[in-house]
Amino acid sequence: MATIHVDGKTYEVSGADNLLQACLSLGLDIPYFCWHPALDSVGACRQCAVKQYKDADDKMGRLVMSCMTPASDNTYISIADDEAKEFRETIVSLLMTNHPHDCPVCEEGGHCHLQDMTVMTGHHSREYRFTKRTHQNQYLGPFIGHEMNRCISCYRCVRYYSDYAGGKDLGVYGAAANVYFGREKDGVLESEFSGNLTEVCPTGVFTDKTHSEHYTRKWDMQFAPAICTGCAVGCNISPGERYGEIRRIENRYNGEVNGYFLCDRGRFGYGHANLKERPRQPLVRQGEGFVEAPKAEALKLAAQLLKSGKTVIGIGSPRASLEANHALRSLVGAGNFYSGAAAQDSALTALCLKVLQQGPVPAATIKRIEQSDAVLVLGEDTLGTAARVALALRQAARGKLLTMAHDKKVPDWQAASAADIAQRELNPLFIATPAATKLDEIAAGTLRADPAGLAALGHAIAHALDSSAPVASVNADIAALAQRIADTLKNAKRPLIVSGTGCGSAAVIEAAANVAYALSKLNPATAISLAVPEANSLGLALFAAPDLDAALARLGGSEAVVLVLENDLSRRASASALDAAFANSTVIAIDHQQTATTATAALVLPAASFAEGDGTWVNFEGRAQRGFQVYDPAYYDRHVAVQESWRWCAELRSALGQASWAKLDEVIADAESAIPALKGMAAAAPNAAFRIDGAKLARAPQRQSGRTAARAKVFVHEPRATQDPDSPLAFSMEGINSTHAVERPAALIPFAWSPGWNSPSAWNKFQAEVGGAMKGGDSGVHLFKHNGAASYFPATLAKSEGLSLLPLHHHFGAEELSSKAAPIQERTPQAYVALSMADAERLGIAHQALVRVEFGDYLLSLPAKVRVDLPVGSVGLPVGLAGIPPMVAGAAVRLSKGA
Amino acid sequence: MTLRSASDAQYQRPLTRLIDVAAGPLWLQGHEAEGGYQALKQVVKEFKPQEVQAKVKDANLRGRGGAGFPTGIKWSLIPMGPDAGTKYLVCNADEMEPGTFKDRLLMEQTPHSLVESMATAAYAIGAQTGYIFLRGEYVVAAERLNRAIDEAKAGGYLGKNILGGGWSFELYVHTGAGRYICGEETALINSLEGRRANPRAKPPFPQIAGLWGRPTIVNNVETLCNIPHIVLNGADWFKSLNQGKSKDAGTKLYGCSGRANKPGCWELPIGTTARELLEVHAGGMRGGKKLKAWLPGGASTDFLLPEHLDLAMDFDTIAKAGSRMGTGLITVVAEDQSIVSAVRNLEEFFARESCGWCTPCRDGLPWSVKMLLAIERGEGVPEDLDQLAKLTRWLGPGKTFCAHAPGAMEPLQSALKYFRAEFEAGIPACSLPQAGDTCHLPDSGRRPAAKPPNAAPASVS
Repeated sequence: MATIHVDGKTYEVSGADNLLQACLSLGLDIPYFCWHPALDSVGACRQCAVKQYKDADDKMGRLVMSCMTPASDNTYISIADDEAKEFRETIVSLLMTNHPHDCPVCEEGGHCHLQDMTVMTGHHSREYRFTKRTHQNQYLGPFIGHEMNRCISCYRCVRYYSDYAGGKDLGVYGAAANVYFGREKDGVLESEFSGNLTEVCPTGVFTDKTHSEHYTRKWDMQFAPAICTGCAVGCNISPGERYGEIRRIENRYNGEVNGYFLCDRGRFGYGHANLKERPRQPLVRQGEGFVEAPKAEALKLAAQLLKSGKTVIGIGSPRASLEANHALRSLVGAGNFYSGAAAQDSALTALCLKVLQQGPVPAATIKRIEQSDAVLVLGEDTLGTAARVALALRQAARGKLLTMAHDKKVPDWQAASAADIAQRELNPLFIATPAATKLDEIAAGTLRADPAGLAALGHAIAHALDSSAPVASVNADIAALAQRIADTLKNAKRPLIVSGTGCGSAAVIEAAANVAYALSKLNPATAISLAVPEANSLGLALFAAPDLDAALARLGGSEAVVLVLENDLSRRASASALDAAFANSTVIAIDHQQTATTATAALVLPAASFAEGDGTWVNFEGRAQRGFQVYDPAYYDRHVAVQESWRWCAELRSALGQASWAKLDEVIADAESAIPALKGMAAAAPNAAFRIDGAKLARAPQRQSGRTAARAKVFVHEPRATQDPDSPLAFSMEGINSTHAVERPAALIPFAWSPGWNSPSAWNKFQAEVGGAMKGGDSGVHLFKHNGAASYFPATLAKSEGLSLLPLHHHFGAEELSSKAAPIQERTPQAYVALSMADAERLGIAHQALVRVEFGDYLLSLPAKVRVDLPVGSVGLPVGLAGIPPMVAGAAVRLSKGA
Repeated sequence: MTLRSASDAQYQRPLTRLIDVAAGPLWLQGHEAEGGYQALKQVVKEFKPQEVQAKVKDANLRGRGGAGFPTGIKWSLIPMGPDAGTKYLVCNADEMEPGTFKDRLLMEQTPHSLVESMATAAYAIGAQTGYIFLRGEYVVAAERLNRAIDEAKAGGYLGKNILGGGWSFELYVHTGAGRYICGEETALINSLEGRRANPRAKPPFPQIAGLWGRPTIVNNVETLCNIPHIVLNGADWFKSLNQGKSKDAGTKLYGCSGRANKPGCWELPIGTTARELLEVHAGGMRGGKKLKAWLPGGASTDFLLPEHLDLAMDFDTIAKAGSRMGTGLITVVAEDQSIVSAVRNLEEFFARESCGWCTPCRDGLPWSVKMLLAIERGEGVPEDLDQLAKLTRWLGPGKTFCAHAPGAMEPLQSALKYFRAEFEAGIPACSLPQAGDTCHLPDSGRRPAAKPPNAAPASVS
């Protein structure tokens, strides 16, 4: 702890921070540019100057940069000092000498850190009377717009993109007043985390191109605290809506989960919510096509089907909320409810749940991953399956610089100095995966092997750590590597094991669990992170319901009515298996997308996507998080019948004469009582009765303009804003909007705004300590906790003969919903089959030649990618890409030359 | 030929005593014959590294790169002992200060002196590797230094197990790509690492975390070249070289450029007056013109006036007069030269050479150039003088990331102080504020003609 004196007032601070961070945490405003809570201090912009005094008696003082000065005990400073103020205003006036003042046509306007800081310093008129320098802008791909003339050269972009995210293709060029931030030449930014540039850039140089396509000012959008459904990490997002369309997604700070950064799949994959072809009315089959039907008629038809006396089963979905799955389960009865995940996914996810729930090792949050000082990745390419983890693993490796800086008595917030000291030193990261990953470049060691080989390595490591762990027979090289990894993990303070369902192998997950178990005996600070397939896979696993294959077996072509919830079954089971099982079934599909399943349904009920509905998701660490409805589509068009899936189920229950739920809180309470594993999910966010000063919390900024005109093309009178029975949030700008009045629960902050802070930097105002936890704690609640002890998994390793399928996960295209967004499609590769050099040579298959790929019921013709990294015997197929059917990992596959 | 004794008159000029420009540099044999490498032999055989450091500290040698920081103190901050690990010695030979050409003389004419000096200094600080960061344009120096290094290696003065003392030192010449900022020691280190030549934040100082994150000493060429002589002849001898002209010790390479009759570079006792430099050694002003102003030691020092000519050219005396000795090579401005043009020329250089890292330097220097250009063309506006004065304050010490912009402001602030009338002359009378005159034409620096008395005031854009 340290006492600092600011403008005559005394404050207690931690003493570990710099003055800027300490003052911001105290709620004091100091303008800044180059500093960022996740990027720390470099002292480039000189904006955060304050006057520092030697002691209480010193009246002269001298200007210091608050970001470069420690907030140590007995520091005397003044923010309000005249010289400091004049200097800060001068800095903005200098930045403005080349800034184009194009705010009216700039996408950043209204959520611009430069605007906010300019106003904060009081700079208002230009003294510079000469020409400004101009730059050429670049094409950077479908995500990011580039307008270099707005650049104020704060260097944040390169520090984030290159230093933090490990990108290679964004740099700083030139010198003096002609520094240029861009690529060597025009081209798509390669990093999967490029979207964060739009938030890291304090002005409008890097902007969200998908937002520009249908641009709306921040103050004119309506927001909600939402959860990304792009993978199971569950990043907190702030989607913005206008005129019934999601206009962009920004990061919503959560200190334990996503921090300040999202991946590009999550940020730019929202297009599925805006698709014109989404079902918005109930659709009733008529011959080969559908006709729209009024809601009442659709419900009547559905009730008739459910009452027909045929078997009724419900198939849930790992991409639907807990509430939706529970509502379906209670509608059809627990014995008729199936998870909707394919058998393999379901079993692997259940295994992950078992490891996290019954094992002795806690599931790592993203923050905990970042703090790891030694990591073993076993089998998982996290960039494809849980991208935010990959970014966090980079921080774990970079963490070495903090210890090295500490050894030289350099504070850890001195980013540049720490990097100068550490040079290329990294914390050890061992990556054992079937295929090369982008993180290999920062790895202390890598191993390429098939899942059985990876499991063998894992067991060898576990055995090296604890001789009571099962032994696996491995060759001398693997044994030496295992020993090296074991020694490294043993010497670490905060070791981490990363694995998951990605390579489709239970043996790999079990081996990873054994390593974590063995390590936890030596070091209780050991953590584990397991990637699971989809946004709510782990939540669905808590239902312990039988899987899709069981549902298909039960149907077996018999007459039945099947309710399919937000699930495209064609992505999970082969067409022939589905055809056989559903031969005599009537399908009622509840979904927000047109899918192969809705196409076969007798009735389609239009569900809400994340944009129009509330729901709770359980992320890969077991954290239940609630996402809230962003807007009401019926406000713009009252014929739209879109509503949450759980509401459809609730209304079907009513239509069947069963007691039902009218509000979200009721279905949550019912879920908690019906399924003990969900106990606690209600606490993911305050319930609908929550109020601040008796008022609800506004979804839109108080300056939202044109609300009265938003619907004028429909009807000239403005209706009352939609009332939200499900949450403490109010539609439109009506309600509490201030950060100051009361500390708002983190789960209920739709967008970052505070008086004078319009940009994402406003998150400062919601954090207990800037860059740390939110006031009142980060949102989300863990539904389970790791258990004290567990026995080792046996080291049974099935050695497969011949060629077997290996799923490969692309960041763009592997996930169903985001792959419907046009900019994501632009980044998605074409389908291919990958095979090892040795197999290619043996089979006479040339790189890029067409190959016949046979497995299960399928015969595909795909271009070959002959890869040096793939293990012999593994045939890689890119999961989820167009032209790639559902596959069972490890299944036998035949390859042959020719189309 | 034996080493000349300290009483030898020739030896009053240790740095240049072996220089004969007409004959060219001495190569290894000649250099050895004139007493070269004696100091290195002596330290390796007789001294502990700390003893060499102590000698240098006692000699009160101050850095000759311009800042005058005591070399002994700089060295004393580097970790010593068996656990200190890899350390580096870097010679700052990126001589790019306008009007400065002293290191060039040493490197071109007596390259073995620098090689020996670096080996001796490296021994003192326990460095295993040395780099000479050489200005790229110094191609002759590069060639000669590389030859000297090759010869020294062959002669056992560099490389493994030097002179059988069990200590090894490798020395490399690295030529810069032409950035003035590389003369800033931490920018130099970044450049040497292959990165952008941006200065680093201090602390940590290079002695703690320098090149490749390792303890590093960066010394100027001239500074280093004094070391062997201090080792051989002792601190008292070195202190006596000033001939009582200064508190500072040793000799100094002084020089003169600009409108003088015989511009050049000479080794003289430190504390020699600028008047002696100009009138005796440089032969006075060319064409009998009067001296108007002079820069004591490079472009980044404040102008002084003729009345300051009798000051001793040492670090403290010149500082007291409101300037800095800098590199000690004076630049003279004649009475008929425009001070505005001179300053504009300097600021153009500094604006171009800014690394672009911190705001005041990157954006402030070009602004000063544009105002100076306008004033030079007679197109200034009255606010320009205030704005220039403001820049000299806000680009001053402590406000910017490194000393580049504060250095750039030194000639500007002193020119404004001494020659304000010349600046005012660049602001035409018609540009004085007039009624209804509220907007500036972009870029011309001219104000619009006065409006007719009844015209409505123009709106503020």
